Amino acid sequence: MVLKAEGVSKQFLRETKGTNIFMAVKETDFELPEGMLTVLTGRSGSGKSTFLNILSGLLEPTAGKVLIGDKELYQLDDTERSRLRNRLFGFIPQGQSAIHSLNVLENVLLPLTLYGEGEADQEYAYELLELMGIAELAGSMPSELSGGELRRMAIARALVGKPEVVFADEPTGDLDDENTEIVLKLLKQTAERGTAVLLVTHENDALAYADAIYRMSGGVLEKV
Amino acid sequence: MKKITKSLSYRNLVKRPARSIALMLLAAFLSFSVFGGTIIVGSLRSGLSSLQDRLGADIMVVPYEAATKSDLENIVLQGNTGYFYMDSSYLKKLAAMEGIGQISAQFYLASASSGCCSIPVQIIGFDPETDFTISPWIKKSYNRPLQDMEIVVGNSLNAFVGDTLTFYGTDVHVAAKLDRTGTSLDTAVYTNENTIKTLIQASLDKKLNNFGDINPDKVISCVLINVAEGYTIEDVLNDINLHVRKVEAVQTKNMISGISGSLKGISDVIGILTAAIWILSLVIMIIAFRMSVNERKKEFAVLRVIGASGKKLFHIVLTEGILVSLSGSLIGIVVGALVILPFGNFIEAQLGLPFLLPGGLKVAGLACISLVASVTAGSFTGALASYKISRMDTGLILREGN
Ligand SMILES: Nc1ncnc2c1ncn2[C@@H]1O[C@H](COP(=O)(O)OP(=O)(O)OP(=O)(O)O)[C@@H](O)[C@H]1O
Ligand SMILES: [Mg+2]
Repeated sequence: MVLKAEGVSKQFLRETKGTNIFMAVKETDFELPEGMLTVLTGRSGSGKSTFLNILSGLLEPTAGKVLIGDKELYQLDDTERSRLRNRLFGFIPQGQSAIHSLNVLENVLLPLTLYGEGEADQEYAYELLELMGIAELAGSMPSELSGGELRRMAIARALVGKPEVVFADEPTGDLDDENTEIVLKLLKQTAERGTAVLLVTHENDALAYADAIYRMSGGVLEKV
Repeated sequence: MKKITKSLSYRNLVKRPARSIALMLLAAFLSFSVFGGTIIVGSLRSGLSSLQDRLGADIMVVPYEAATKSDLENIVLQGNTGYFYMDSSYLKKLAAMEGIGQISAQFYLASASSGCCSIPVQIIGFDPETDFTISPWIKKSYNRPLQDMEIVVGNSLNAFVGDTLTFYGTDVHVAAKLDRTGTSLDTAVYTNENTIKTLIQASLDKKLNNFGDINPDKVISCVLINVAEGYTIEDVLNDINLHVRKVEAVQTKNMISGISGSLKGISDVIGILTAAIWILSLVIMIIAFRMSVNERKKEFAVLRVIGASGKKLFHIVLTEGILVSLSGSLIGIVVGALVILPFGNFIEAQLGLPFLLPGGLKVAGLACISLVASVTAGSFTGALASYKISRMDTGLILREGN
């Protein structure tokens, strides 16, 4: 399923010496093709996360629309949009993202158990944990895991629902080289299986895996 | 697989035991204060009305010294032992007055210590022919006329039907035990006129009675009067006090007005305390819930990212609030029941007021009302926090986390 943005922009109100409007993302058209790993780079503060959040249904744009298949994301009400995100999107947030009262396996299964319909595919969750090399930690609590292991848990969680689109906001930000490589390879494999993957990153390592590269600067997106 | 949201609320609470227990305690305060407060006030109310029923007369006429030396209040309201006498001719004199409806004499005697009771008990004799205050009460537990040398014991006394007690060397038989009234009347013993006269004589024989020179057949202790229809209590009262010498007519309503006054004071204090506890607990709960939710902002943002709707977050936090306040409120009620129900006598002694616990059904009803009120209030504090979290901007919080 193709994700498309048409004329999206985002402005924030910034309260510095009176109120002025700040354009975090300038009017942009964008298409995220399936089966490809698309990489988005750019300086800090250039608007990458803002853009990613708009595409993933988490942040309503000031103007423009986001389309997934034939659905217009921001025309849906919160409940519909949330369920659609739950079904179609996998999202790996920046930073730590564990639910601390649940163990690793439960964290990974959470997208499936949240609305509780049908059977959660425990086997697939295990498979993913195995793939991430943290299968033996399935029963551990998040507080017992290292930063890299937690990140891999978040990736497994993003993939467990077999999403059509995967968003990753600097998933390798605080990982060592070895873990970075594992994560990048995984995202690449995911794309190869037909998923649309959008990876926001600072790392140059990632460019080697990219099928398409975009750069954001000052809220303006350009294809490299 | 079942929905995880309910167990997620539960797991969140278990994960932070100190905070959850603190919140539960606050909820327990809520239910405890309402439950305990209403039970105490209710018990005092029914104690007062039961005292009113038992006194059951509009006017009490006693020897002048008894009224002034507050013997009367001591005996009737405080449950102390004592006795005073006046000539039995007063009964006839009073009965002949205008406006008298029902009239009956009573006889008082304090026992020396006896088998049943480590302390002396008050013995009250009544005339079965004319009595209109004690007999109806006795009828509830004993359906035959009291024979001579039979007694009926108050509920608090350690004596049982079939026991034989000895007062001043004279054996009497326990024919019945009265229902609890929660008043000083529970510690007294009741007999008919003949029996108490025998006992008074026995006390005189043993020289244990201060009234050395009385003839038991010629004395009474007090006269109870209900005014006839068409007359006001005040008129009859004034009439007696003006025209009959050496006695004092007292309006029973005035005797217990002191009690109703204290009862109102205590109800007010309990009401204010309860309100203070509620305001304080609720404010702390609101703050605690808000802190707990703020601390977990990132987690809630993650849930949003995974696809939880605002509504879903609202439910998760609200469920936390309900779980905490339900369990806390139950604890509060159980503790309230354990603290207040078994200690009715102690509370009565402390307050010096009649205290009659409401029946089981009423207590259960009060418990339910307290539970509902405190769970509603507790959940409301959870709802406030959940409303906030359900409206937050996910994108913003994801940024904040770093
Ligand atoms: N809610 C907001 N209110 C005001 N300004 C905002 C808000 N969110 C983002 N911005 C601004 O928009 C710009 C883009 O932010 P964004 O988070 O998208 O940057 P980024 O490219 O992801 O940076 P980084 O690489 O550091 O994560 C920044 O200058 C930021 O200050
Ligand atoms: Mg960013």
